Amino acid sequence: METNQKENAPTNVVGKPLDRVDGPAKVTGAARYSAEISVPGTVHGVLKTSTIAKGRITGIDTSRAAKEPGILNIFTHENLPKPAKTPKQIEKWRAAQSYLPMQDNQIQYAGQPVALVVATTLEAATQAAALIRVTYQAETPIDSYHDPKAELFDPQKIQQGKKDGHVVRGNPQQAYNGAAVKHEATYVHAINHHSPMEPAATLAVWEGADKLTVYEASQNVTMHQGNLAELLGMPREQIRVVTKYIGGGFGCKGSFWPHTILTVLAARAVNRPVKLALTRQQMFTGVGHREDQEQTLKMGATAEGKLVSIVHTKKATTSPWDNYTESNGKVMDMLYACENYSTVYELARANVMTSVWMRAPGEAPGSFALESSMDDLANQLNLDPLEIRLRNYADYDHSNGKPWSSKSLKQCYTRGAELFGWSKRNPKPGQTRRGKLLVGHGMASATYPVHSSQGTARVRLFADGHAVVEAGATDLGTGTYTVMTQVSADALGLPPEKIRFELGDTRLPTAPGSGGSVAAGTVASSIMAAAEDVWDKVVKMAVADKKSPLYKAKPTDVKVELGRMFLSKDPKKGETLLAALGRSGQPDIEGSGTGKYGAGYEEKNFGQNGANQNDDKQKPGGHSMHSFGAHFCEVEVDPDLGTIRVTRWVGVHGAGTVLNLKTATSQMTGGAIYGIGAALMEDTFRDPNFARYTNADLAGYHVPVNADIPNIQVEFVPETDPYINYLGVKGIGELGMVGVAAAVANAVFNATGRRLRSLPMTPDKVLEALRLPA
Amino acid sequence: MPGPTTPAPLNPDGSRRTFMKQAGGFLGLALAPPFLSQAERLTALSKKVEGVSTISLKVNGTVRAIRAEPRVTLLDALREYLDLTGSKKGCDHGQCGACTVLVDGRRVNSCLTLAVMSQGKEITTIEGLAKEGGELHPMQAAFLKHDGFQCGYCTPGQIMSAVACVQEGHAGSEAEVREWMSGNLCRCSAYPNITAAILEAKGQMG
Amino acid sequence: MNNFSYIQADKAKEATAAKRDDKSAAFIAGGTTLLDLMKLNVENHGQLIDVNMLPFRGIEMTKDGLRIGALERMSEVGAHPLVKENFPAVSESLLLAASAQLRNMASIGGNVLQRTRCGYFRDTAFPCNKREPGTGCPALEGDNRNLAILGTSETCIATSYPGDLAVALIALDAVLTLENAKGKQRQVPITKFYLLPGTTPQRETVLEADELIVAVTIPQTAAARKSKYLKVRDRSSYAYALVSAAVGLEVQGGTVRAARVALGAVGAQPWRCFEVEKALVGQPATEATFRAAAELALRGAKPREHNAYKIEMAKNTLVRALSEVASV
Repeated sequence: METNQKENAPTNVVGKPLDRVDGPAKVTGAARYSAEISVPGTVHGVLKTSTIAKGRITGIDTSRAAKEPGILNIFTHENLPKPAKTPKQIEKWRAAQSYLPMQDNQIQYAGQPVALVVATTLEAATQAAALIRVTYQAETPIDSYHDPKAELFDPQKIQQGKKDGHVVRGNPQQAYNGAAVKHEATYVHAINHHSPMEPAATLAVWEGADKLTVYEASQNVTMHQGNLAELLGMPREQIRVVTKYIGGGFGCKGSFWPHTILTVLAARAVNRPVKLALTRQQMFTGVGHREDQEQTLKMGATAEGKLVSIVHTKKATTSPWDNYTESNGKVMDMLYACENYSTVYELARANVMTSVWMRAPGEAPGSFALESSMDDLANQLNLDPLEIRLRNYADYDHSNGKPWSSKSLKQCYTRGAELFGWSKRNPKPGQTRRGKLLVGHGMASATYPVHSSQGTARVRLFADGHAVVEAGATDLGTGTYTVMTQVSADALGLPPEKIRFELGDTRLPTAPGSGGSVAAGTVASSIMAAAEDVWDKVVKMAVADKKSPLYKAKPTDVKVELGRMFLSKDPKKGETLLAALGRSGQPDIEGSGTGKYGAGYEEKNFGQNGANQNDDKQKPGGHSMHSFGAHFCEVEVDPDLGTIRVTRWVGVHGAGTVLNLKTATSQMTGGAIYGIGAALMEDTFRDPNFARYTNADLAGYHVPVNADIPNIQVEFVPETDPYINYLGVKGIGELGMVGVAAAVANAVFNATGRRLRSLPMTPDKVLEALRLPA
Repeated sequence: MPGPTTPAPLNPDGSRRTFMKQAGGFLGLALAPPFLSQAERLTALSKKVEGVSTISLKVNGTVRAIRAEPRVTLLDALREYLDLTGSKKGCDHGQCGACTVLVDGRRVNSCLTLAVMSQGKEITTIEGLAKEGGELHPMQAAFLKHDGFQCGYCTPGQIMSAVACVQEGHAGSEAEVREWMSGNLCRCSAYPNITAAILEAKGQMG
Repeated sequence: MNNFSYIQADKAKEATAAKRDDKSAAFIAGGTTLLDLMKLNVENHGQLIDVNMLPFRGIEMTKDGLRIGALERMSEVGAHPLVKENFPAVSESLLLAASAQLRNMASIGGNVLQRTRCGYFRDTAFPCNKREPGTGCPALEGDNRNLAILGTSETCIATSYPGDLAVALIALDAVLTLENAKGKQRQVPITKFYLLPGTTPQRETVLEADELIVAVTIPQTAAARKSKYLKVRDRSSYAYALVSAAVGLEVQGGTVRAARVALGAVGAQPWRCFEVEKALVGQPATEATFRAAAELALRGAKPREHNAYKIEMAKNTLVRALSEVASV
């Protein structure tokens, strides 16, 4: 049944601030994460990693290591069984890094795995790894794009060829040259590490020569399954990947990294289940990072502050093999009305592992540059930062000429300004004091695109009044378990406690991973499609059942809402799905369906969503789809000590239908704090001579602590979007972080009159900026 | 894999010395009388705990014995030997707080605590917080209500730390809670909700 | 961690003798530094001697000042009324350090023996003169953002003691009581306890192999009673200092009669600023005085590529701390 019921479909629990359904397991310690699954006979794997960043292994002495008790094997490139294929040989390799270590004696980055110890205890495996003596022929490594030895090159394409390295629209340079007002600045972004609290982990269980189960800390079980199938030369269905609980990921667990396949190969060789968790130190060289980068941004505007040109370049470090870099330009291309735009990426190969998407990849650092420059332009033109944004408000997407499927940015600005008290801000920098502290207020816009996606789900409704709903998605802490329970409950007219939603297993219907903010919209749509399949089947039963009030009705005349079937024209005439199912004598009924998020959904449902078919722009795939928001921030800057403290935060977002106000608010709050971390403290230092990190732990790499964070006020403006998916849901995982660093920097500017363009804005940089004249 | 465990009788005294005597006994001093004189005890104690021996831990009110080396941390003893995986390993170096448990009522990082040194002490983990029958501790209930977590990995450590924070008298204000809870990182950044949960649970902890 | 043997010492002599007889042995109290470094294989010990049963406890006022047993935990000392009242800088230095959990674990004796957070020292993949004498110091041209600018050598620029407590203790002239395997005790002023790196950065204190810290005694003075510990760091809590200052002032009729000043995280060891103290005494307790005196604190500083900011930050931190103590 193709339906357009979503328009005004009533909801019961969707949107409500339901407590997390996985909450009791998490607050009692019962939730088991990947390294905590109890499988009899499991032994421990520990990686040994390279001390040098470039060169080759000349010898490995395992004699001392082998004396640790209970060693089962010590694998090196010399004795580790080879995979059927290496990533380079796989056409459809789905990961940022295409290099697999331990295949030969070459060393390409510091922290690269060189050995894997398997032992009966974690203590022995750990110490044995430490005792392995590896000798190297070291070469001088290149540490980054700013290494004098590094050579910048034009990658043409970035991200495994998936994205263009050059984007040009109009005549940006010419427009810039002729602009009445010009602004040019360079922005530097430190290396950041995702640092989820749960380290990456793999538990590999071979259940026969050709049957493998992997409990993996994975944001995307399908991706892990697919890559393992290719690497091992096995059919996908022989490999099961399970992730019931995952302790955060922020992108790093959404790609495929060496430790997973190395553990799987070792487990096969020792013929025991092997569990391997990266140490916190290994997390810095084991699962990617946000790359060190600098952006130069030239913006030209009219005297009234209307943008005429944006010219953007980015330089960044990449690995010896891959051209991964975040596409920072995306946000500059579409956030404002501007006819002329270009972005060009330049990369340099260094002896580092491949960097990878990290929460709001591209949008986070890109918006730092864009929204800082906008603030400067506003100051240059004596305009309120909000006003300059309104003057450049994009009524359609200038990157592709399409209308927005929905956009509530103006409402976000208005509501945010009101909640924050923006009108009381002193526009003159350096004027507001609180004791010895300088106080500043700043704001920035946020946006994140809808990445088209699709997935499947299965719904099994039982006559006794409960249902099992399944989709192979993951719950990163994003609330998937909870919101999908809510969606299912309303689809079937059941209370949420009668729904069991299962995820995180490749045996379940294929769903997208948690990444790119696609999970909620896609999985919710998939569940609705599967529920419709159930509705169809039950409606057919009812119209054929003499005891049903719908007996002999035409199925197309029957609507289903909140689990009740009724005649569209006579809503009083109807009954519940359960009533009809109960009479049938069938214990349960199952449905499945495919749901789409983004362009695919719009295309499929063209003309069925109340869209005006006479409007030229309303053609299939005709909309540009983004979520939007606005951040408002207050900081206190200590001009003597250089410390910055965020003291107030307001974030208002337009993100379509909110499935659960509680979990959605938490996610946006977390996004803001993640951004505050990048803005104020996160910085991994790579030694220039050794190309090795010097602060690779959670004492050296600072993430925000509780004391850093004020109350964060988050609101959603009501927004309906008929084009993006069944329920009008937009992803929110990334949105909350976009623009955050700029909002902080803009507040610091307002407080001090100094513009900080290098993240993080640590006390040393603040003092340096304050030494210079305003 | 959970290590081999054997149930041990509940120790009525629970003092450290008693446990050392026990440990000594397991080390081959089984002939030592149950009540040692000072001189005898010193003889027993001068024996080193070396290699794999029996370590008895009183966790959540029950004494359990594991066979493990002295280098085994309390965290690994809980997770890998007793299959109590509620206490989390986030950093293994006292830098994140995910492993926080109560030892004799004080919050500590179990990753920097040796199991062998934890004998004779009352160890409380997240698994021991809810009442028998499953009724949540007020702190657990408050975390649930205020959404004081997302991924949940830091949560057991946050909750154990929060219980101690209240018991120490360090939950007097929002600012005080924030400071005294700063030893527990939450990368999902549920901090404002954690703070709210603690301030609410404080009133119900009696 | 290497597989060590463990003994629980019942008497001090048992502990110190065991340590004397086994060069690979280490004492363990809280274990927060020791196990951290053993897990990193920065330290390897064949034997751990548990000293927690030893009677080095208690916080009491004596004729020489406040005597704190070396096995008292940071939390208890930081919160103790005698400490808060008579030595606020000590209390603050303890409560601004680490986390509540670590403060519950770490002993006072262990705290003053903390080791550097220099990333090169903590990662055995790097050369490090402190860890492996003669291998070199990559920090000179590398990540020296939080390393020392005073008292360094070309061999080592680590802030060898990265913590807080010893900064306050150095400012307030604390004395350590040490006991050796013969059962003999000696008193060492903490100002003489730490060694500068010179050409032997592996030697960090005057503590002998068989010596155990038994107690810390802090003399009672008017300046100690009016003292403060101020800490600047990259985040609001649970972080090592970029710069810290422990100051104490005795002010009479607006004139400084006595001053105690030390800086943390700028020196190779906690840095007592005698010249600053001299410059303060007899001067009016004003911000101008503090500013002028603070200028002296960093004389001779040798900044590197990433830590020059410490000069200004340290001066400002001193001025702020002195101003707050003097309420000006």
